[in-house]
Amino acid sequence: MNIIYFLIGCSLLLASCFLAAFFWAQRSGQNEDLHTPAIRILLDDDPEKVEIKK
Amino acid sequence: MTETLTAQKSTCYHCGDDCFTTDFIAEDKHFCCQGCKSVYLVLAENKLCNYYSYNRHPGSSQARTDKRFDYLSDPAVASDLIDYTDPEKTIITFYIPQIHCSSCLWLLEQLNRINPAVHYTRVDFLKKQLNVRFDQRQLTVRGLVELLSDIGYEPVIRLQDVIKEQASATKDNLVSKIAVAGFCFGNVMLLSFPEYLGMSAFENSFKYFFGIVNVLICLPVVFYSGWGYFTSAYQHLKNKVLHIDFPLALGIAVLFIRTVAEVFTKSGPGFADTLCGLVFFLLVGKFVQKKTYYHISFERDYRSFFPVAVHVIEHGKEKPVPLSQLQTNQRIIIRHNEIIPADAILLKGDALIDFSFVTGEAIPVSKTLGEIIYAGGRQTGGAIELEVIKAVSQSYLTQLWNNEAFTRKQHNRMQTFNQRVGKYFTIVLLAIALSSFVFWAGEDIRRGLAAFTAVLIVACPCALALSTPFTMSAALSIFDKNLFYLKNPAVVEQLAHIDTIALDKTGTITNSGSNEVELAAPLNDKQKQLIYTACSGSNHPLSRMICKYLGAIEKLKTDSYDEIAGKGIAAVISNHSVRLGSADFVFNYSNVTSYSTKVYILIDDVYYGYFSFRQHYREGINDVAGLAGTYDIHLISGDQDHEREELKSFFRDDARMHFSRSPQEKLDFIKSLQSGTHKVMMIGDGLNDSGALKQSDLGIAITDDVNSFSPGSDAILDGRSFGKLPAFLKFAKDTVKVIHASFLISLTYNLIGLSYAVTGRLSPLTAAILMPVSTVTIISFTSIATHLAAKRRKLL
Repeated sequence: MNIIYFLIGCSLLLASCFLAAFFWAQRSGQNEDLHTPAIRILLDDDPEKVEIKK
Repeated sequence: MTETLTAQKSTCYHCGDDCFTTDFIAEDKHFCCQGCKSVYLVLAENKLCNYYSYNRHPGSSQARTDKRFDYLSDPAVASDLIDYTDPEKTIITFYIPQIHCSSCLWLLEQLNRINPAVHYTRVDFLKKQLNVRFDQRQLTVRGLVELLSDIGYEPVIRLQDVIKEQASATKDNLVSKIAVAGFCFGNVMLLSFPEYLGMSAFENSFKYFFGIVNVLICLPVVFYSGWGYFTSAYQHLKNKVLHIDFPLALGIAVLFIRTVAEVFTKSGPGFADTLCGLVFFLLVGKFVQKKTYYHISFERDYRSFFPVAVHVIEHGKEKPVPLSQLQTNQRIIIRHNEIIPADAILLKGDALIDFSFVTGEAIPVSKTLGEIIYAGGRQTGGAIELEVIKAVSQSYLTQLWNNEAFTRKQHNRMQTFNQRVGKYFTIVLLAIALSSFVFWAGEDIRRGLAAFTAVLIVACPCALALSTPFTMSAALSIFDKNLFYLKNPAVVEQLAHIDTIALDKTGTITNSGSNEVELAAPLNDKQKQLIYTACSGSNHPLSRMICKYLGAIEKLKTDSYDEIAGKGIAAVISNHSVRLGSADFVFNYSNVTSYSTKVYILIDDVYYGYFSFRQHYREGINDVAGLAGTYDIHLISGDQDHEREELKSFFRDDARMHFSRSPQEKLDFIKSLQSGTHKVMMIGDGLNDSGALKQSDLGIAITDDVNSFSPGSDAILDGRSFGKLPAFLKFAKDTVKVIHASFLISLTYNLIGLSYAVTGRLSPLTAAILMPVSTVTIISFTSIATHLAAKRRKLL
């Protein structure tokens, strides 16, 4: 059962990685504007070809 | 003839407004004004017409713009706006209230197709901000602003305070603290489960290991995530206030110390999971409470109302000067729609000043040469020249800000329920803890200590601390849906305790800018056409309103035209003489007994009748006036009392209507209402109300466009929701009741927990179950009850 020591170490390490990833996302400003990307994705890259919709 | 008069109404291709003229047509598309048309032409030239394909009429009306940005050439003004600059690139953030749809987003992010000097643009939709990175060697700040203005997105440079405010507000790292606490909570839980499920003797060697790891994980929770509670409790103790943070900090400290003690003496598993859970839930409560309205500022004062710069005439030349450097005796030039920034003497031009925002007078006032014009008025009509006689900060209007009401700190307003209860709660808690210690200590000192700590742990007012934030945030989002924006959750409680309401008149119970036009004259189509032609040549607000009232009519040939500012129009149109204007202008005598503003009509020396302009009262005024039974309602206006009779039908009581009050008198009036134990709510819209708003227990600024300037206040109400005010007041009272009920619920949980704790035999498992269960009960109860209350008040 001594493997538990190792496994708990692994699980903590893994979880810390996720925490670090979250911190990185927070610091790089990814969570600052959560609304605009949702609209931006609906706009076409090449607007020349957009049909006039009525 | 009749055919041309019934010219079919078309809507503007750019902004969707009705077109009153057929003058602006480009490529078969109708436009309401030159502004909209030129925006279209700029976009067409740059092949950006897909702008119009994402949404119908995505633009906003360009009818009222004064595109003068030469003050931005002044490096001092421009550098104030810039976020970052180096020789290669410059970054700047603008506040653009027109951003409202995906077309806006698309167009603004295509800016470099119009001008390649713009490297990169990013829109923040909710904040209505545009972040631009551009090359300052090829494009100046002024050029950039002009470019934005050309495509119909003129940034509001005056309200730059919104951006600055947010930049400073984002400093606290609550989200990171929650992340750490959540991470620790999860891991500690995992390690605590084996203990709760029971371990065989063989597995007992892990116990100690798990305990050590738990203590290690608790360290960041106590010293990073939960540290704010210790500092806050200390601050409050220093100010001799027993705040609810004190028992919370005590609970956290006791949990941590007891956990460390139990683990290292191998006497038990400790309360690590309760500790992490407590801090986690508390922080989530804090997070929920923090609702930010990105596009609204509650702290505006006259500085954000005034322009950034004015045009000063020096040696016959015009030069933009930042407002802060404006000195007395300088000559300034003010154009149509510009605001006079300082008290000044009129030297040249026809001054017709709209003071509605400053004094509450509804109709623009004409001024004669040599007269003093107070700061804050908005010129309507041609350009005027003035000599500044007082510095901006010394002006009549801005002096109001020297009043003590503006220097007073906010926190000595009303105490919230939590603050009041927190005090007694702490005293009772400490009493129980100490007496259970004394009770057991005689027998067994260890059991006494156990009971003492257990009481502090189990009675830690977690659920109590969460009940207010969760109720308030639910209430806030309901107010928000009804276009009522509160500065912070505490305002809900203040709203519930109001017993006196003071209302401003102009712009508050009347709709600013939209007067009702009534035609009291039997005119035929031909005569209407004559009047339309006469009025269309004038910039006077009344002429504009008449034009709008008559609708799109074809203009006739004008033979002679003469407009006398502040009086009227005399014109000869296709051989008919037309005189429009005030009584003394049209008849050469004045009748003073009129309740409303009138424009008299004289065609070919025959009197036909008049147009009358009445203030348009906001919808729901009857509902608000109907509060008179339960609330003490006062009307307090800066305007003359010519509407007294009409207002009487709403307010009934003559003694509660006060007219011709200066801003200072309004403030003093609120103060006199407050003497006694009255809690006064002031509702106003203009700068003249700012003093009263600040002095009152709850100041609400009412506005038709939440993005435009509104005076500093506790809450901002969209004019469309004015009639819902009685429902808001009732709902606020319901909310307070919900808080009281949830307080009782959390108290019940505390009593259950205490019955275990005082015996000194609190098992970690009981604490670990009780804490989350009580928290979940409170959260679900408050949000469900608040929503039910909102449904009952028809706010959902």
